[in-house]
Amino acid sequence: MNLHEYQAKDLFRRYQIPVPAGAVVSSPEEVTAALQGLSTAPWVVKAQVHAGGRGKGGGIQVVADDVELGAAVVALLGSQLVTPQTDAVGLPVNTVLIEEATAIERELYLGLLIDRAEKKLVVMASAAGGMDIEAVAASTPDKILTAVIDPVTGLQGYQVRDIGFGLGLSMTQIRQLHPLLMALERLFHEQDASLVEINPLVINKNGDLLALDAKINLDDSAVYRHADFQSLQDPSQEDTREAKAQSLGLNYITLDGNIGCLVNGAGLAMATMDLVQLEGGKPANFLDVGGGATAERVAEAFKLILSDAKVNTILVNIFGGIVRCDLIAEGILAAVRQEKLDVPVIVRLEGTNVELGKQLIADSGLDVIVADDLTDAATQAVQLAGTRA
Amino acid sequence: MSVFVHKTSKVIIQGFTGQHATFHAEEAMAGGTNVVGGVTPGKGGMTHLDRPVFHTVADAVAETGADVSGVFVPPPLAADAIMEAIDAGIKVIVVIADGVPVQDMVKVKRYVQGRDCAIIGPNTPGIITPGACKVGIMPSNIYTPGRIGVVSRSGTLNYEAVAQMTALGLGQSTSVGIGGDPVNGTDFVTVLQAFENDPETDAVVMIGEIGGPQEVDAARWAKDNLTKPIVGFVAGVSAPPGRRMGHAGAIISGESDTASAKMDAMEELGVRVVRNPADIGATVAEMVKA
Repeated sequence: MNLHEYQAKDLFRRYQIPVPAGAVVSSPEEVTAALQGLSTAPWVVKAQVHAGGRGKGGGIQVVADDVELGAAVVALLGSQLVTPQTDAVGLPVNTVLIEEATAIERELYLGLLIDRAEKKLVVMASAAGGMDIEAVAASTPDKILTAVIDPVTGLQGYQVRDIGFGLGLSMTQIRQLHPLLMALERLFHEQDASLVEINPLVINKNGDLLALDAKINLDDSAVYRHADFQSLQDPSQEDTREAKAQSLGLNYITLDGNIGCLVNGAGLAMATMDLVQLEGGKPANFLDVGGGATAERVAEAFKLILSDAKVNTILVNIFGGIVRCDLIAEGILAAVRQEKLDVPVIVRLEGTNVELGKQLIADSGLDVIVADDLTDAATQAVQLAGTRA
Repeated sequence: MSVFVHKTSKVIIQGFTGQHATFHAEEAMAGGTNVVGGVTPGKGGMTHLDRPVFHTVADAVAETGADVSGVFVPPPLAADAIMEAIDAGIKVIVVIADGVPVQDMVKVKRYVQGRDCAIIGPNTPGIITPGACKVGIMPSNIYTPGRIGVVSRSGTLNYEAVAQMTALGLGQSTSVGIGGDPVNGTDFVTVLQAFENDPETDAVVMIGEIGGPQEVDAARWAKDNLTKPIVGFVAGVSAPPGRRMGHAGAIISGESDTASAKMDAMEELGVRVVRNPADIGATVAEMVKA
């Protein structure tokens, strides 16, 4: 799960990681009160959305006085912010962070993440801060400094010094980097983060380190041991169907095509979408009803797919293993009856009791097409979707 | 032979008396797997499915000589259960749980370092040597004994590929699900190594997905070390970047994480790459005949 910048900075403050003074507002009326604790202008106004590239989308503005501040807050609140990382609709801005502007000497990058090859926590740092770190990593990998953290010993002082000297910091600044990195490591462990990123970490005109931005992703699998995570969630930043799916325990992701896909298992679901694309069609979604698909879950999944107006064809691909195909077929038929479907449904069943499942569908008299195999199912779905588009 | 689990393996189930564990242990036993007992703390001394229940893995190992464990406990308890099994000297630990916190697995990986033990999973359907030993939740009826080694991150995509092979008369030596998590116990390279050393495996099928470097790492290893033919597929060509596709580990975080980039790199390293998931079985058949 993702945190907003202001939530991440609240956590930073709790761990004594230096951040600019700031306050959040969710209505223009709150601006006056928010300015109480801040120094005089200029300020920076930052739209709080779950996407990067906010600056390019006009979501970060430097304002010189109260009038400009008021105008920026009014313009941003209630708007949809489109950035290079969002879709064309963008994300709703319900909160704005107002911060004291910082006079910047240098911009650095600092990140902590689980390295999948090392299978350990690593620190990544770069002197090229403020830039897209992926691009830096791809074009000039030698500009990225890394330190692998041993889970037994934790981050060591020499590793901090390696990074500090690598970034060209003075000894005074390295003495600031040391507690900062140790605090980040502690935060990462205690909060079950999966990513903590400061981009940019700046050196201000006084020569001090300051986290100008903050990005924290928390590990969804560890939510159970953090009661406070719930209050940090912002459903307004999520696709409504995806949020609904999550509450039903289904894995669902909205895509921009017209063929609704209902599959059991994440890998098979991806492979099914791939096949649809290979046959020239466009999947409307990724949907994994889970390894333990039941008739009820299949019915819920149908509802979810149908709530997307773009969908004009549904492709069901179920590999019955422990789950029997006849039970799944019953679930599909019940959903088709209940939802009074007006889009064609192509079903591919494989595995335990497959013949019985196919027979049930054939005998139902409903307009459900049984495909012979995976390719046949995808081809038919793509054809039907094409004629109905 | 086969890899990791064999006819001679002595299997215990951790979380033995739970509903899912019971169901799958019964299935495995019906298929000939030598389940010698199980562990449920607090229920030691009982009998379940005609097998002894122990309080601890150490007790179970001492009494039964078990060398393989199927961990069927919920995700919050998984790391503890795995470390208990490692400490008791279990050699192969299969972890079914989906949703183990990533940092728990980082600790477990450090704990197992330097010990003679393979952790399969988490978030895996398990491992099966058809007709001999199954530790997991996969449907045994689609597998058939044979000489193709299968290794995959996804469960149902593994079933799909195996069913295609079985329909063409190609049986499997062992099928290993390494799991869909970002930090897993055993990676592709380790499994490929085992298949290379297994005289009863003639060819290997590797099924990956978006996210992480391990498919290409494995292909690189295979180029220099694997003498047997290898077929590869990577799911998620149509997946959008930055989104988690069901599995915790299936997320495109950079250009090299995409399915297309991985398949291109694998092809360059000499893997016979299948682009169409419906053609996995047919491609293996063609390659084995050639």
